[in-house]
Amino acid sequence: MKTNILRIGSALAAMLVAAPALAQDLTFWSWRQEDRAAYEQFIETFEAANPGITVNFETFEATNYNTILSTALAGGTGPDVMMVRAYGGLENVASAGYLEPLSTETIPALADFSEASLAAESMRSDGTIYAVPFASQTQLVIYNKALFDQHGISEPESWEELEAASQKLLDAGVIPFANGTATAWQNETVTFGLGSSLMGKDFYDELMAGTADFTDERFTGALAEIADLAAKYFPDGFIGLDYPSAQQLFGSGMAGMFVGGSYEIATFKNMNPDIEVGVFAAPGQTAEDEKLVGLYFDGGYAANAAGANKEAALTFLNYLASQEFGQAFADTLSNISTVPGVTFQDPLLAEVNELNQSSIPYLMLAHFRYGEPSGSVLIQGEMQKLFAGETTPEAIGEALTTGLAAWYEPFQN
Amino acid sequence: MREGPPSSSARAKRIFMPQLRMTGRGLWITVLIVPPLAFVALFIVYPIISAFAYAFFDWQGLRRGAFVGLENFHTVLFVEPYRSWTLNAFKNNVLVFFALMVLQNGLGFVLAYALWRELPGARFHRIAVFLPVVLSTIIVAYLFKLFLHPLFGVVNISLRGLGLGELAQPWLGQSNTALWSLIVAQAWHMVGFPTLVFLAGMQRIPSEMLDAVRMETQSEWVKITKIVWPLVAPSATIVFTLLFVGAFNWFELPYIMAGLDGSPFGSTDVLGLYFYRTAFGNVSAGQQNFGLGSALAVLIFIFIALVATVITVRLRAREIQL
Repeated sequence: MKTNILRIGSALAAMLVAAPALAQDLTFWSWRQEDRAAYEQFIETFEAANPGITVNFETFEATNYNTILSTALAGGTGPDVMMVRAYGGLENVASAGYLEPLSTETIPALADFSEASLAAESMRSDGTIYAVPFASQTQLVIYNKALFDQHGISEPESWEELEAASQKLLDAGVIPFANGTATAWQNETVTFGLGSSLMGKDFYDELMAGTADFTDERFTGALAEIADLAAKYFPDGFIGLDYPSAQQLFGSGMAGMFVGGSYEIATFKNMNPDIEVGVFAAPGQTAEDEKLVGLYFDGGYAANAAGANKEAALTFLNYLASQEFGQAFADTLSNISTVPGVTFQDPLLAEVNELNQSSIPYLMLAHFRYGEPSGSVLIQGEMQKLFAGETTPEAIGEALTTGLAAWYEPFQN
Repeated sequence: MREGPPSSSARAKRIFMPQLRMTGRGLWITVLIVPPLAFVALFIVYPIISAFAYAFFDWQGLRRGAFVGLENFHTVLFVEPYRSWTLNAFKNNVLVFFALMVLQNGLGFVLAYALWRELPGARFHRIAVFLPVVLSTIIVAYLFKLFLHPLFGVVNISLRGLGLGELAQPWLGQSNTALWSLIVAQAWHMVGFPTLVFLAGMQRIPSEMLDAVRMETQSEWVKITKIVWPLVAPSATIVFTLLFVGAFNWFELPYIMAGLDGSPFGSTDVLGLYFYRTAFGNVSAGQQNFGLGSALAVLIFIFIALVATVITVRLRAREIQL
């Protein structure tokens, strides 16, 4: 009896000692502090299916995340698995060799992901994929359904109808658009949230092919229309209105429309649970023009190339690329998952996903943030000038093209 | 061990020892000096030297590349678009310095004089003037952002209420008002500091000197220009130098009120914001360049150190010893 107790005791003790060596601990870094509860749920599901692997979820402040992550990776104290940004933000980290290259061999599910989503998480130079993309965001127009119904307005089919709808709201004493442009990055959002259909797919294709640049009339014409609309239907003094104030104007029901990303929908619902919002793609000049939204990918999940538990990290990445995870991600976080085959129960989410089917990439982020000056910095400053009446659309086209020529080869002749 | 007379070797040791052994005083000095010295070396000298070193390398994101000599300095000073960004930020800093010299230090001097002359309510105002200095910059910046809000801000609402609606502006959205709004906020925040320093300087002026001047003239102007101003020169040296360093290191207030980009279109951009953006990137740039950032930091550091030294030496020479 005594020996049995001793034996069992020593066996237990041995297990306790050996347990840390058997279990694989992964650290997982993210900038989504607000999604902590949801991620802990996802991780629980994963751990239940993969005994022996534990994942510790750690979050950091979003605006400094890149700096924190880069510093940690450079110092060799980086996490095993991490959220990384897309496009230029990804290249910053990936080009230094900190991330484990991924392929359809290590993550088979990647084969079915859309090309655009994978491109967002690849190096442009060799096309190597470094992360499993997690969500797309859409730049469009969000509107207050109750206000639209109350004033007998339906989703506009042409630019003229958009102006008519705005005028109707203005006449009724409602601010038509809540947007303000004192916060620099909002200028880019407004430009491509409103202007993608005006610019059109052909312009985008030619720009990418190098046969058109920003002096193109389709681009400058769109800017002129946007500036005109803003002058008439954005709030008084909108050039001095910052981003949080603009959100408040729409969230509180004082304004009818908000040009912004699909990520705003959740914000507005948090701000005002009673608000009922709808979405539409800002129309082109005529009703026949294809309605396009600006589409981009937020970021992805990557593994540390120097991580101690690389095998477990890849197992976890495979889970993050699975349809099971994509579905849970879409259902709990109300985000458009990039995993193919995910269905959206929330009708609004389903609608955004539907709109995504005809889109052009959110231009400056997807293609012009790889050098200095970045297209985003240029368009933001130039649009602020345009809204303040200190430049013209033609001059902006010129400034963008010559400015980007500093590093963007197709413009260098 | 048995006690006995010290052996010759022990005697030799005793003669030798005092040179090695720390005396109480030396020990104290060492103990007190080493920790702060280590702290300064680790957290001030080392980062400055490494920033110097970083500035001479090419950086790919966070990976240090080849040694490039003065290339980074050349880029930030002479290559577009950096050249015009650097120039723009520098020009704004110069404007901020001179504007604050008048609004903050000038007003500070006037306030100090009024407090010193014990005008009615001086006791209350001595505290009131200094109170904003105690507030955190974040609070002041948010407060002024609210004051200047285009729709609900107290400034625009007051103007409309007074029937001056056409003077209501989107203060922080226009290139010709944005930087001045920040300057006013900064002056409001910090005016108490030069006031306090000047006041202390004025209180040190011997009363017999003031009595003597009172025999000669009743003019306040003569009193200020011939007696007070020359005698508070040491205070002026301090506040001028500190203002210079502060104006060229200005970061928090523009960062909170205008954002990292110096919105709108760079009209509130200052060297501090520009350095941060270049070194650490921001949401819209997607680029981090430690090399260029360090080069900028080194240039700012050298500029401030040089000019601050010149200011101090020149103003010191002007000071009168009583």
